[in-house]
Amino acid sequence: MAVVDTIRGFGVTFRHLFKKPVTQKYPEYKRPVYPRFRGRHLLHRHENGLEKCVGCSLCAAACPADCIRVVAAENTPEERYSAGERYARIYEINMSRCIFCGYCELACPFDAITLGNDYELAELSRDALVYTKEMLLAPQPPSRRTPVAPSDPYDVPSQDASVGRISLQ
Amino acid sequence: MPDGFIVTVIKSLVLVNMVMLVFALMTWIERRLIGRFQVRYGPNRVGPGGILQPIADLGKLLRKESIIPVGSSPMLYLAAPAVSLFASLAVFGVIPFGEEATIPFTDWKIYLYIANINVALLLIFALGSFSFYGFLVGGWSSSSKYSLYGSMRAVAQLVSYEVALTMAVIGVVMMAQTLSLTGIVQAQQNDGIWYIIPQFFGFVIYLLASTAEVSRIPFDLPEAEGELVAGYHTEYGGMRWAMYQNAEFVATIAFSALASILFLGGYDGPVLPGPIWMLLKMAVFLFLMIWIRSTLPRVRYDRLMLIGWKVLLPAATLNLLVTAAIVVWVD
Repeated sequence: MAVVDTIRGFGVTFRHLFKKPVTQKYPEYKRPVYPRFRGRHLLHRHENGLEKCVGCSLCAAACPADCIRVVAAENTPEERYSAGERYARIYEINMSRCIFCGYCELACPFDAITLGNDYELAELSRDALVYTKEMLLAPQPPSRRTPVAPSDPYDVPSQDASVGRISLQ
Repeated sequence: MPDGFIVTVIKSLVLVNMVMLVFALMTWIERRLIGRFQVRYGPNRVGPGGILQPIADLGKLLRKESIIPVGSSPMLYLAAPAVSLFASLAVFGVIPFGEEATIPFTDWKIYLYIANINVALLLIFALGSFSFYGFLVGGWSSSSKYSLYGSMRAVAQLVSYEVALTMAVIGVVMMAQTLSLTGIVQAQQNDGIWYIIPQFFGFVIYLLASTAEVSRIPFDLPEAEGELVAGYHTEYGGMRWAMYQNAEFVATIAFSALASILFLGGYDGPVLPGPIWMLLKMAVFLFLMIWIRSTLPRVRYDRLMLIGWKVLLPAATLNLLVTAAIVVWVD
Protein backbone atom coordinates (compact mmCIF):
# COMPACT_ATOMS: atom_id res chain seq x y z
CA MET A 1 0.00 0.00 0.00
CA ALA A 2 1.24 3.40 -0.93
CA VAL A 3 1.01 4.92 2.53
CA VAL A 4 2.80 2.00 4.21
CA ASP A 5 5.52 2.01 1.56
CA THR A 6 6.02 5.74 2.02
CA ILE A 7 6.46 5.33 5.75
CA ARG A 8 8.90 2.46 5.18
CA GLY A 9 10.78 4.80 2.86
CA PHE A 10 11.25 7.21 5.74
CA GLY A 11 12.78 4.37 7.73
CA VAL A 12 15.19 3.58 4.91
CA THR A 13 16.43 7.16 4.62
CA PHE A 14 16.73 7.48 8.40
CA ARG A 15 18.94 4.38 8.56
CA HIS A 16 21.18 5.86 5.88
CA LEU A 17 21.65 8.97 8.00
CA PHE A 18 23.86 7.00 10.38
CA LYS A 19 25.96 5.20 7.78
CA LYS A 20 29.47 6.30 7.03
CA PRO A 21 29.51 8.31 3.81
CA VAL A 22 30.95 6.47 0.85
CA THR A 23 32.54 9.66 -0.52
CA GLN A 24 36.31 9.53 -0.95
CA LYS A 25 37.82 12.83 0.17
CA TYR A 26 39.88 13.28 -2.96
CA PRO A 27 42.75 15.66 -2.42
CA GLU A 28 43.55 14.07 0.95
CA TYR A 29 42.86 10.53 -0.18
CA LYS A 30 43.86 9.35 -3.62
CA ARG A 31 42.34 6.11 -4.74
CA PRO A 32 45.14 3.90 -6.08
CA VAL A 33 45.09 3.70 -9.85
CA TYR A 34 45.26 0.42 -11.71
CA PRO A 35 48.80 -0.69 -12.52
CA ARG A 36 48.27 -0.18 -16.23
CA PHE A 37 46.65 3.25 -15.77
CA ARG A 38 47.77 5.59 -18.56
CA GLY A 39 48.64 9.04 -17.27
CA ARG A 40 51.37 11.62 -17.81
CA HIS A 41 54.22 10.47 -20.09
CA LEU A 42 57.77 9.81 -18.94
CA LEU A 43 60.95 9.70 -21.02
CA HIS A 44 63.60 7.31 -19.75
CA ARG A 45 67.38 7.13 -19.60
CA HIS A 46 69.81 4.25 -19.76
CA GLU A 47 71.66 3.38 -16.59
CA ASN A 48 74.70 5.26 -17.82
CA GLY A 49 72.63 8.44 -18.09
CA LEU A 50 72.15 8.52 -21.85
CA GLU A 51 68.64 9.09 -23.13
CA LYS A 52 66.89 6.06 -24.54
CA CYS A 53 65.13 8.17 -27.19
CA VAL A 54 66.97 8.25 -30.53
CA GLY A 55 64.61 10.72 -32.20
CA CYS A 56 63.10 8.28 -34.70
CA SER A 57 59.63 9.95 -34.55
CA LEU A 58 57.78 6.63 -34.63
CA CYS A 59 55.78 7.80 -31.62
CA ALA A 60 54.78 10.94 -33.49
CA ALA A 61 53.74 8.82 -36.46
CA ALA A 62 51.70 6.52 -34.25
CA CYS A 63 50.00 9.34 -32.37
CA PRO A 64 46.33 9.57 -33.42
CA ALA A 65 45.95 12.97 -31.77
CA ASP A 66 49.09 14.34 -33.46
CA CYS A 67 50.31 15.80 -30.21
CA ILE A 68 53.99 14.71 -30.28
CA ARG A 69 56.62 16.82 -31.97
CA VAL A 70 60.11 15.38 -32.42
CA VAL A 71 63.05 17.16 -34.02
CA ALA A 72 66.11 14.94 -34.24
CA ALA A 73 69.77 15.91 -34.40
CA GLU A 74 73.04 13.99 -34.80
CA ASN A 75 75.02 13.03 -31.75
CA THR A 76 78.65 14.14 -31.93
CA PRO A 77 81.55 12.75 -29.92
CA GLU A 78 81.64 16.02 -27.98
CA GLU A 79 77.91 16.24 -27.35
CA ARG A 80 76.38 12.83 -26.89
CA TYR A 81 72.84 12.61 -25.56
CA SER A 82 71.53 9.24 -26.61
CA ALA A 83 72.82 5.75 -27.26
CA GLY A 84 72.05 5.80 -30.96
CA GLU A 85 73.33 7.90 -33.87
CA ARG A 86 70.74 10.61 -33.38
CA TYR A 87 68.91 12.08 -30.44
CA ALA A 88 65.72 14.12 -29.96
CA ARG A 89 66.79 17.76 -29.97
CA ILE A 90 63.19 18.78 -29.37
CA TYR A 91 60.64 16.42 -27.86
CA GLU A 92 57.31 18.00 -27.01
CA ILE A 93 53.97 16.51 -26.06
CA ASN A 94 50.94 18.75 -26.14
CA MET A 95 48.97 17.45 -23.16
CA SER A 96 45.86 19.38 -24.12
CA ARG A 97 45.59 17.22 -27.25
CA CYS A 98 46.87 13.90 -25.91
CA ILE A 99 44.17 11.26 -25.55
CA PHE A 100 46.34 8.94 -23.43
CA CYS A 101 45.90 6.00 -25.78
CA GLY A 102 49.43 4.70 -25.18
CA TYR A 103 50.20 4.11 -28.89
CA CYS A 104 53.46 6.06 -28.49
CA GLU A 105 54.55 3.58 -25.87
CA LEU A 106 53.72 0.69 -28.19
CA ALA A 107 55.43 2.28 -31.18
CA CYS A 108 58.71 3.04 -29.42
CA PRO A 109 61.44 0.52 -30.40
CA PHE A 110 63.63 1.42 -27.40
CA ASP A 111 61.06 1.67 -24.59
CA ALA A 112 62.10 5.31 -24.27
CA ILE A 113 58.59 6.64 -23.59
CA THR A 114 56.05 5.17 -21.22
CA LEU A 115 52.83 6.45 -19.76
CA GLY A 116 53.07 7.09 -16.02
CA ASN A 117 50.35 7.16 -13.38
CA ASP A 118 49.97 10.88 -12.70
CA TYR A 119 46.64 12.34 -13.75
CA GLU A 120 46.71 15.76 -12.03
CA LEU A 121 47.66 17.73 -15.09
CA ALA A 122 45.49 20.84 -14.79
CA GLU A 123 47.12 24.15 -15.69
CA LEU A 124 45.93 27.73 -15.96
CA SER A 125 47.09 28.22 -19.56
CA ARG A 126 47.25 26.08 -22.69
CA ASP A 127 50.92 26.91 -23.16
CA ALA A 128 51.76 25.33 -19.84
CA LEU A 129 50.34 22.06 -21.14
CA VAL A 130 53.03 21.70 -23.81
CA TYR A 131 55.49 19.46 -22.00
CA THR A 132 59.11 19.76 -23.07
CA LYS A 133 61.77 17.06 -23.11
CA GLU A 134 63.25 18.36 -19.88
CA MET A 135 59.89 18.05 -18.10
CA LEU A 136 59.31 14.56 -19.46
CA LEU A 137 62.81 13.34 -18.64
CA ALA A 138 62.80 14.65 -15.08
CA PRO A 139 61.68 12.24 -12.39
CA GLN A 140 58.21 13.03 -11.07
CA PRO A 141 58.31 15.05 -7.85
CA PRO A 142 57.02 13.09 -4.86
CA SER A 143 54.03 15.40 -4.39
CA ARG A 144 52.75 14.39 -7.79
CA ARG A 145 53.14 10.69 -7.26
CA THR A 146 49.94 8.72 -7.57
CA PRO A 147 49.36 5.59 -5.50
CA VAL A 148 49.19 2.44 -7.58
CA ALA A 149 47.26 -0.65 -6.71
CA PRO A 150 49.21 -3.92 -6.39
CA SER A 151 49.63 -5.51 -9.77
CA ASP A 152 49.06 -9.13 -8.72
CA PRO A 153 45.31 -9.38 -9.31
CA TYR A 154 45.56 -7.59 -12.65
CA ASP A 155 48.83 -8.52 -14.40
CA VAL A 156 49.66 -12.10 -13.55
CA PRO A 157 47.46 -14.77 -15.11
CA SER A 158 46.21 -16.68 -12.12
CA GLN A 159 45.49 -20.37 -11.88
CA ASP A 160 42.44 -19.45 -9.90
CA ALA A 161 39.90 -18.48 -12.51
CA SER A 162 38.06 -16.20 -10.11
CA VAL A 163 41.00 -13.82 -9.61
CA GLY A 164 41.63 -11.14 -12.19
CA ARG A 165 40.32 -13.07 -15.18
CA ILE A 166 37.06 -12.91 -16.97
CA SER A 167 35.42 -16.25 -17.30
CA LEU A 168 34.12 -17.03 -20.75
CA GLN A 169 31.14 -18.99 -19.53
CA MET B 1 3.92 47.25 20.85
CA PRO B 2 3.85 46.30 24.50
CA ASP B 3 7.41 47.53 25.13
CA GLY B 4 7.23 50.98 23.63
CA PHE B 5 8.62 52.15 20.32
CA ILE B 6 12.40 52.06 20.84
CA VAL B 7 12.61 48.65 22.47
CA THR B 8 10.32 47.25 19.77
CA VAL B 9 12.58 48.59 17.03
CA ILE B 10 15.62 47.02 18.74
CA LYS B 11 13.76 43.75 19.18
CA SER B 12 12.72 43.77 15.53
CA LEU B 13 16.30 44.32 14.37
CA VAL B 14 17.56 41.53 16.59
CA LEU B 15 14.81 39.17 15.47
CA VAL B 16 15.25 39.82 11.74
CA ASN B 17 18.99 39.30 12.02
CA MET B 18 18.48 36.15 14.07
CA VAL B 19 16.08 34.81 11.44
CA MET B 20 18.60 35.62 8.71
CA LEU B 21 21.34 33.88 10.70
CA VAL B 22 19.16 30.81 11.18
CA PHE B 23 18.36 30.91 7.46
CA ALA B 24 22.06 31.00 6.59
CA LEU B 25 22.81 28.14 8.95
CA MET B 26 19.81 26.19 7.68
CA THR B 27 21.09 26.26 4.09
CA TRP B 28 24.26 24.62 5.37
CA ILE B 29 22.54 22.22 7.76
CA GLU B 30 20.08 21.16 5.10
CA ARG B 31 22.81 20.42 2.60
CA ARG B 32 24.89 18.57 5.17
CA LEU B 33 21.91 16.52 6.35
CA ILE B 34 20.74 15.67 2.85
CA GLY B 35 24.31 14.67 2.12
CA ARG B 36 24.29 12.28 5.06
CA PHE B 37 20.86 10.95 4.08
CA GLN B 38 22.40 10.14 0.69
CA VAL B 39 25.54 8.59 2.30
CA ARG B 40 27.85 11.43 1.26
CA TYR B 41 29.34 14.38 3.13
CA GLY B 42 27.75 17.54 1.78
CA PRO B 43 29.62 20.86 1.89
CA ASN B 44 32.48 20.33 4.37
CA ARG B 45 35.34 22.41 3.00
CA VAL B 46 34.75 26.03 4.03
CA GLY B 47 35.49 26.50 7.71
CA PRO B 48 35.17 23.79 10.37
CA GLY B 49 32.80 21.18 9.00
CA GLY B 50 31.80 23.58 6.23
CA ILE B 51 29.95 25.96 8.56
CA LEU B 52 31.19 29.01 6.64
CA GLN B 53 29.67 27.71 3.40
CA PRO B 54 26.80 30.29 3.54
CA ILE B 55 29.38 33.09 3.60
CA ALA B 56 31.15 31.59 0.61
CA ASP B 57 27.79 31.33 -1.17
CA LEU B 58 27.04 34.94 -0.31
CA GLY B 59 30.38 36.05 -1.72
CA LYS B 60 29.69 34.16 -4.89
CA LEU B 61 26.14 35.49 -5.29
CA LEU B 62 27.17 39.11 -4.64
CA ARG B 63 29.70 38.98 -7.45
CA LYS B 64 27.16 37.76 -10.01
CA GLU B 65 26.16 40.03 -12.85
CA SER B 66 22.89 41.85 -12.24
CA ILE B 67 20.67 41.14 -15.23
CA ILE B 68 17.32 42.68 -16.14
CA PRO B 69 15.87 40.67 -19.03
CA VAL B 70 14.92 42.45 -22.26
CA GLY B 71 11.14 42.89 -22.45
CA SER B 72 10.65 42.66 -18.71
CA SER B 73 9.02 45.29 -16.53
CA PRO B 74 12.04 46.49 -14.54
CA MET B 75 10.11 48.01 -11.65
CA LEU B 76 8.04 44.91 -10.99
CA TYR B 77 10.96 42.63 -11.78
CA LEU B 78 13.12 44.31 -9.14
CA ALA B 79 10.35 44.66 -6.53
CA ALA B 80 8.93 41.13 -6.69
CA PRO B 81 11.58 39.25 -4.67
CA ALA B 82 11.53 41.95 -2.01
CA VAL B 83 7.76 41.54 -1.65
CA SER B 84 8.11 37.81 -1.06
CA LEU B 85 10.97 38.25 1.39
CA PHE B 86 9.15 40.98 3.30
CA ALA B 87 6.00 38.90 3.61
CA SER B 88 7.95 35.91 4.90
CA LEU B 89 9.93 37.95 7.41
CA ALA B 90 6.92 39.91 8.64
CA VAL B 91 5.33 36.69 9.91
CA PHE B 92 7.88 36.68 12.73
CA GLY B 93 6.45 39.94 14.02
CA VAL B 94 3.59 38.08 15.68
CA ILE B 95 5.27 34.80 16.62
CA PRO B 96 5.82 34.57 20.38
CA PHE B 97 9.02 32.96 21.66
CA GLY B 98 7.86 33.31 25.24
CA GLU B 99 6.04 35.76 27.44
CA GLU B 100 7.53 38.30 29.81
CA ALA B 101 11.24 37.79 30.47
CA THR B 102 13.97 39.57 32.42
CA ILE B 103 17.22 40.29 30.63
CA PRO B 104 19.97 38.49 32.61
CA PHE B 105 21.91 40.65 35.16
CA THR B 106 19.46 43.57 34.79
CA ASP B 107 15.96 44.42 35.95
CA TRP B 108 14.74 45.03 32.42
CA LYS B 109 11.59 43.17 31.57
CA ILE B 110 10.74 42.66 27.92
CA TYR B 111 8.17 40.61 26.09
CA LEU B 112 9.55 37.84 23.89
CA TYR B 113 7.30 38.80 21.00
CA ILE B 114 7.13 41.94 18.93
CA ALA B 115 3.37 42.24 18.75
CA ASN B 116 0.72 40.22 20.48
CA ILE B 117 -2.39 40.85 18.42
CA ASN B 118 -5.66 39.03 18.83
CA VAL B 119 -5.89 38.07 15.12
CA ALA B 120 -2.28 36.91 14.75
CA LEU B 121 -3.25 33.72 12.93
CA LEU B 122 -5.28 35.65 10.36
CA LEU B 123 -2.39 38.05 9.85
CA ILE B 124 0.02 35.18 9.26
CA PHE B 125 -2.20 33.65 6.58
CA ALA B 126 -2.75 37.07 5.01
CA LEU B 127 1.02 37.59 4.84
CA GLY B 128 1.43 34.07 3.48
CA SER B 129 -0.97 34.92 0.66
CA PHE B 130 0.78 38.24 0.17
CA SER B 131 4.02 36.47 -0.66
CA PHE B 132 2.25 34.81 -3.62
CA TYR B 133 2.24 38.22 -5.28
CA GLY B 134 6.01 38.15 -5.25
CA PHE B 135 5.99 34.80 -7.09
CA LEU B 136 3.24 35.82 -9.51
CA VAL B 137 4.61 39.24 -10.36
CA GLY B 138 8.19 37.99 -10.51
CA GLY B 139 7.24 35.25 -12.95
CA TRP B 140 5.08 37.51 -15.06
CA SER B 141 7.47 40.46 -15.24
CA SER B 142 10.42 38.31 -16.36
CA SER B 143 8.78 37.94 -19.83
CA SER B 144 9.86 34.32 -20.03
CA LYS B 145 7.50 31.43 -20.65
CA TYR B 146 9.17 29.22 -18.06
CA SER B 147 8.85 31.91 -15.43
CA LEU B 148 5.20 32.45 -16.34
CA TYR B 149 4.39 28.72 -16.22
CA GLY B 150 6.24 28.46 -12.94
CA SER B 151 4.43 31.38 -11.35
CA MET B 152 1.03 30.11 -12.56
CA ARG B 153 1.78 26.71 -11.08
CA ALA B 154 2.99 28.31 -7.88
CA VAL B 155 -0.13 30.38 -7.41
CA ALA B 156 -2.51 27.56 -8.35
CA GLN B 157 -0.78 25.27 -5.86
CA LEU B 158 -0.57 27.80 -3.07
CA VAL B 159 -4.20 28.85 -3.42
CA SER B 160 -5.33 25.20 -3.38
CA TYR B 161 -3.36 24.26 -0.31
CA GLU B 162 -4.11 27.48 1.54
CA VAL B 163 -7.71 26.25 1.87
CA ALA B 164 -6.78 22.94 3.46
CA LEU B 165 -4.17 24.63 5.64
CA THR B 166 -6.63 27.16 7.00
CA MET B 167 -9.26 24.47 7.61
CA ALA B 168 -6.71 22.37 9.51
CA VAL B 169 -5.79 25.31 11.68
CA ILE B 170 -9.40 26.21 12.48
CA GLY B 171 -9.64 22.97 14.50
CA VAL B 172 -6.98 24.33 16.85
CA VAL B 173 -8.66 27.74 16.94
CA MET B 174 -11.94 26.08 17.97
CA MET B 175 -10.29 24.23 20.83
CA ALA B 176 -8.37 27.29 22.01
CA GLN B 177 -11.28 29.71 21.39
CA THR B 178 -8.81 32.37 20.23
CA LEU B 179 -6.83 33.51 17.19
CA SER B 180 -4.03 34.96 19.30
CA LEU B 181 -0.89 32.83 19.30
CA THR B 182 -0.05 33.50 22.95
CA GLY B 183 -3.70 32.70 23.67
CA ILE B 184 -3.37 29.36 21.87
CA VAL B 185 -0.25 28.49 23.90
CA GLN B 186 -1.99 29.50 27.15
CA ALA B 187 -5.03 27.41 26.21
CA GLN B 188 -2.74 24.40 25.77
CA GLN B 189 -1.17 25.11 29.16
CA ASN B 190 -4.64 25.35 30.76
CA ASP B 191 -5.91 22.19 29.07
CA GLY B 192 -2.70 20.42 30.11
CA ILE B 193 -2.36 18.80 26.69
CA TRP B 194 -0.57 19.77 23.51
CA TYR B 195 -3.00 19.93 20.62
CA ILE B 196 -0.99 17.41 18.57
CA ILE B 197 -2.92 14.68 20.44
CA PRO B 198 -6.56 15.81 20.11
CA GLN B 199 -5.87 17.44 16.74
CA PHE B 200 -3.66 14.71 15.26
CA PHE B 201 -5.43 14.66 11.89
CA GLY B 202 -5.32 18.43 11.79
CA PHE B 203 -1.58 18.17 12.48
CA VAL B 204 -0.98 15.76 9.61
CA ILE B 205 -3.02 17.92 7.24
CA TYR B 206 -1.17 21.01 8.43
CA LEU B 207 2.17 19.30 7.85
CA LEU B 208 1.29 18.26 4.29
CA ALA B 209 -0.37 21.55 3.38
CA SER B 210 2.40 23.68 4.86
CA THR B 211 5.01 21.70 2.93
CA ALA B 212 3.04 22.58 -0.19
CA GLU B 213 2.68 26.19 0.96
CA VAL B 214 6.43 26.70 1.16
CA SER B 215 6.77 24.65 -2.06
CA ARG B 216 9.31 22.20 -0.74
CA ILE B 217 9.81 18.67 -2.01
CA PRO B 218 7.57 16.65 -2.60
CA PHE B 219 5.42 19.65 -3.54
CA ASP B 220 8.12 21.77 -5.22
CA LEU B 221 6.29 21.94 -8.53
CA PRO B 222 6.54 25.74 -8.88
CA GLU B 223 10.29 25.36 -9.30
CA ALA B 224 10.49 21.79 -10.56
CA GLU B 225 13.95 22.08 -12.04
CA GLY B 226 13.52 18.94 -14.12
CA GLU B 227 10.52 20.32 -15.99
CA LEU B 228 10.45 24.09 -15.65
CA VAL B 229 14.13 25.13 -15.54
CA ALA B 230 13.58 26.90 -12.19
CA GLY B 231 9.96 28.07 -12.23
CA TYR B 232 9.15 31.66 -11.42
CA HIS B 233 12.74 32.61 -10.61
CA THR B 234 14.24 31.28 -13.84
CA GLU B 235 15.31 34.76 -14.96
CA TYR B 236 16.63 35.85 -11.60
CA GLY B 237 20.28 35.64 -10.68
CA GLY B 238 22.66 36.66 -7.94
CA MET B 239 21.21 38.21 -4.83
CA ARG B 240 17.71 38.61 -6.29
CA TRP B 241 17.57 34.86 -6.79
CA ALA B 242 18.92 34.51 -3.26
CA MET B 243 16.08 36.70 -2.00
CA TYR B 244 13.53 34.25 -3.39
CA GLN B 245 15.38 31.34 -1.83
CA ASN B 246 15.63 33.34 1.36
CA ALA B 247 11.89 34.05 1.31
CA GLU B 248 11.14 30.38 0.83
CA PHE B 249 13.46 29.31 3.63
CA VAL B 250 12.20 31.96 6.01
CA ALA B 251 8.64 30.83 5.22
CA THR B 252 9.70 27.28 6.08
CA ILE B 253 11.09 28.48 9.40
CA ALA B 254 7.93 30.52 10.01
CA PHE B 255 5.65 27.56 9.34
CA SER B 256 7.80 25.43 11.65
CA ALA B 257 7.38 28.07 14.35
CA LEU B 258 3.64 28.15 13.72
CA ALA B 259 3.41 24.35 13.88
CA SER B 260 5.26 24.38 17.21
CA ILE B 261 2.82 26.93 18.60
CA LEU B 262 -0.36 25.37 17.27
CA PHE B 263 0.35 21.70 17.93
CA LEU B 264 3.31 21.36 20.30
CA GLY B 265 2.55 24.04 22.85
CA GLY B 266 5.05 26.61 21.58
CA TYR B 267 7.19 27.89 24.43
CA ASP B 268 5.40 25.60 26.89
CA GLY B 269 7.61 22.92 28.43
CA PRO B 270 9.18 21.81 31.71
CA VAL B 271 12.64 22.66 33.16
CA LEU B 272 14.13 24.56 30.23
CA PRO B 273 13.17 28.21 29.60
CA GLY B 274 10.42 28.91 27.06
CA PRO B 275 12.44 30.22 24.12
CA ILE B 276 14.69 27.14 24.23
CA TRP B 277 11.63 24.89 24.01
CA MET B 278 10.33 26.94 21.13
CA LEU B 279 13.62 26.66 19.22
CA LEU B 280 13.86 22.93 19.95
CA LYS B 281 10.36 22.34 18.61
CA MET B 282 11.13 24.42 15.52
CA ALA B 283 14.31 22.38 14.98
CA VAL B 284 12.25 19.19 15.09
CA PHE B 285 9.96 20.50 12.35
CA LEU B 286 12.86 21.75 10.24
CA PHE B 287 14.52 18.35 10.53
CA LEU B 288 11.24 16.75 9.51
CA MET B 289 11.10 18.98 6.42
CA ILE B 290 14.63 17.94 5.45
CA TRP B 291 13.82 14.30 6.12
CA ILE B 292 10.75 14.53 3.90
CA ARG B 293 12.82 16.20 1.20
CA SER B 294 15.41 13.45 1.21
CA THR B 295 12.81 10.69 1.14
CA LEU B 296 9.91 11.52 -1.15
CA PRO B 297 9.99 12.15 -4.91
CA ARG B 298 8.11 15.07 -6.43
CA VAL B 299 4.40 14.39 -7.01
CA ARG B 300 2.81 14.76 -10.42
CA TYR B 301 0.91 18.00 -10.98
CA ASP B 302 -2.54 16.41 -11.40
CA ARG B 303 -1.95 14.34 -8.26
CA LEU B 304 -0.88 17.46 -6.40
CA MET B 305 -4.23 19.03 -7.21
CA LEU B 306 -6.00 15.76 -6.43
CA ILE B 307 -4.35 15.50 -3.02
CA GLY B 308 -5.15 19.12 -2.29
CA TRP B 309 -8.79 19.22 -3.28
CA LYS B 310 -10.00 15.61 -2.96
CA VAL B 311 -8.02 14.35 0.02
CA LEU B 312 -6.79 17.15 2.26
CA LEU B 313 -9.78 19.48 1.96
CA PRO B 314 -12.46 16.83 2.75
CA ALA B 315 -10.28 15.42 5.53
CA ALA B 316 -9.78 18.88 7.00
CA THR B 317 -13.52 19.59 6.76
CA LEU B 318 -14.35 16.30 8.47
CA ASN B 319 -11.79 17.03 11.18
CA LEU B 320 -13.38 20.44 11.62
CA LEU B 321 -16.90 19.03 11.98
CA VAL B 322 -15.84 16.39 14.51
CA THR B 323 -13.86 18.97 16.48
CA ALA B 324 -16.82 21.34 16.46
CA ALA B 325 -19.17 18.61 17.72
CA ILE B 326 -16.76 17.62 20.49
CA VAL B 327 -16.13 21.22 21.55
CA VAL B 328 -19.86 21.91 21.76
CA TRP B 329 -20.52 18.61 23.56
CA VAL B 330 -17.77 19.25 26.15
CA ASP B 331 -19.12 22.73 26.80
